Amino acid sequence: MSDFQVTQIRKDFPVLQQEINGKPLVYFDNGATAQKPEVVIRCMDELYRTQYAPIHRSVNWLSDQMTTRYENARETVRKHLNAYSTNEIIFTNGTTSSINLLAASFGRVFIRPGDEIILSVMEHHSNIVPWQMVRDQYGAVLKIIPISDEGELDMEAYEGLLNEKTRIVAVSHVSNTLGTVNPVKEIVRLAHEADVPVLLDGAQAIPHQRADVTDLDCDFYAFSGHKVYGPTGIGVLYGKEKWLEKLPPWQGGGEMIDRVTFEKTTFNELPFKFEAGTMPFTEAVGLATALDYVNGLGLNRIIAYEEELVDYGMRALSALEQVKIFGRATQKVPVFSFLVGDIHQYDTGMVLDKLGIAVRTGSHCTMPLMDRLGITGTVRASLSFYNTTDEIDVLVTGLKQVIQMFS
Amino acid sequence: MIKTIDEIQNEVIEEFALLTEWMDKYNYLIELGRSIPLIDSKLKNEDHLIRGCQSRVWLEARFEDDKIFFTGDSDAIITKGIAALLIRVMSGHTPEEILNTELFFISEIGLKENLSPTRSNGMTAMLRQMKYYALAYQAKNKPNHAD
Repeated sequence: MSDFQVTQIRKDFPVLQQEINGKPLVYFDNGATAQKPEVVIRCMDELYRTQYAPIHRSVNWLSDQMTTRYENARETVRKHLNAYSTNEIIFTNGTTSSINLLAASFGRVFIRPGDEIILSVMEHHSNIVPWQMVRDQYGAVLKIIPISDEGELDMEAYEGLLNEKTRIVAVSHVSNTLGTVNPVKEIVRLAHEADVPVLLDGAQAIPHQRADVTDLDCDFYAFSGHKVYGPTGIGVLYGKEKWLEKLPPWQGGGEMIDRVTFEKTTFNELPFKFEAGTMPFTEAVGLATALDYVNGLGLNRIIAYEEELVDYGMRALSALEQVKIFGRATQKVPVFSFLVGDIHQYDTGMVLDKLGIAVRTGSHCTMPLMDRLGITGTVRASLSFYNTTDEIDVLVTGLKQVIQMFS
Repeated sequence: MIKTIDEIQNEVIEEFALLTEWMDKYNYLIELGRSIPLIDSKLKNEDHLIRGCQSRVWLEARFEDDKIFFTGDSDAIITKGIAALLIRVMSGHTPEEILNTELFFISEIGLKENLSPTRSNGMTAMLRQMKYYALAYQAKNKPNHAD
């Protein structure tokens, strides 16, 4: 067992200290959004009480303070991603808006009729729909990497899809439904051999994995603050400077401009040319605080502990004869998607809810993946480092009750 | 004597009053689901599907002797039980009665959380669909003075 002090760490999260329906809360919906540690809550509270002021423009002391903290937050993100420069860190509203920004901006410059965009069948709708919009606008073609029954990408098929018409590859670092950790370094290497840039959707990877963009050598990386214990409404788009320089701004407004006349507008420098309007600057600081918290615990220790949760969870769920698990990749984060016999996922979810176990049921915004698996949805238990093997036992006991009720 | 919608609602409330534990309530709903006036399997198509994010619900209505009769089904068992309850309360009444009904039994029996619009299980949509059927049959049934 690792030396991870989970009992102590749980105390950092006020939400976890309550009962739901008279039962201690078992929060297994971290894939949707993660809970916030006390330090993040306090940080936001303190900002609004003492430092809140507009960033970048105003000539006043408070504004200077707030601007410094916002730009320090950018540096914290840069360090966390091991990016080369803060010019490569663009704040957005979340992963979805990061991908929409990239797709719209990239599409405008680089996508022509007949060009190909490679996605995978396990993508979240947020990494499908923006590219469909680009496809429809510019007459491009989407090429889809298939998966094995275990939920792993078919890398041979991927290699076969790369060709001189490919303009970009956009795949998830970690699957939100299956928990699969994709071989993204290899994906990037192969794409680069074909001179194609890669976007990694890091929404699900950021709380569980190291997202070292220098090591991965990816060209773009998108993630959300709220899934890595930070506030909602803040996200990041990382992009290599050489790419971001070539991309036009997406939204127009304040801060992103250099000079505006009615005839012509010149745009601000990186990263500001992509940050139009008043940014969620308190949330950016909240995100940086969350990243500091995670790094304080130690990413290596988190990964080691979560591997224990994966092993324990897979074994415990597999021990139930009626449970069918979707996603048995060798490289996996503690996300368990499953169905119980022929019981509808919603029935399972509703009973688990009454037992104080928060899971998610449905297609998890991955309908093409559901089609591939031939099902309408699953029950998804997505765990975090503050979850325990005891809680997995509570889930297993709950599932036994579900089986009893519906058989 | 045919019971009014409100009388049936009170009947349901009395039945659920005996069930204090959520487990008993759910078990009762599962039982009720088995007694649902089942929609003809040929009608379980897109036209009769009420789209809910979580489970699929089908609903059909026919008009007979000035009254509306509903049949339905769902692929989730608890949802099917709730559908059975709604049908039991609303079926066999005139379009006017259905349109003028305020459903008070749902909150009384402690199932409100299952019907709130934030729970996208298609139940709110199902109720709305019942009222649409009533509205449609009411319009159809009115003598057409324009002739």
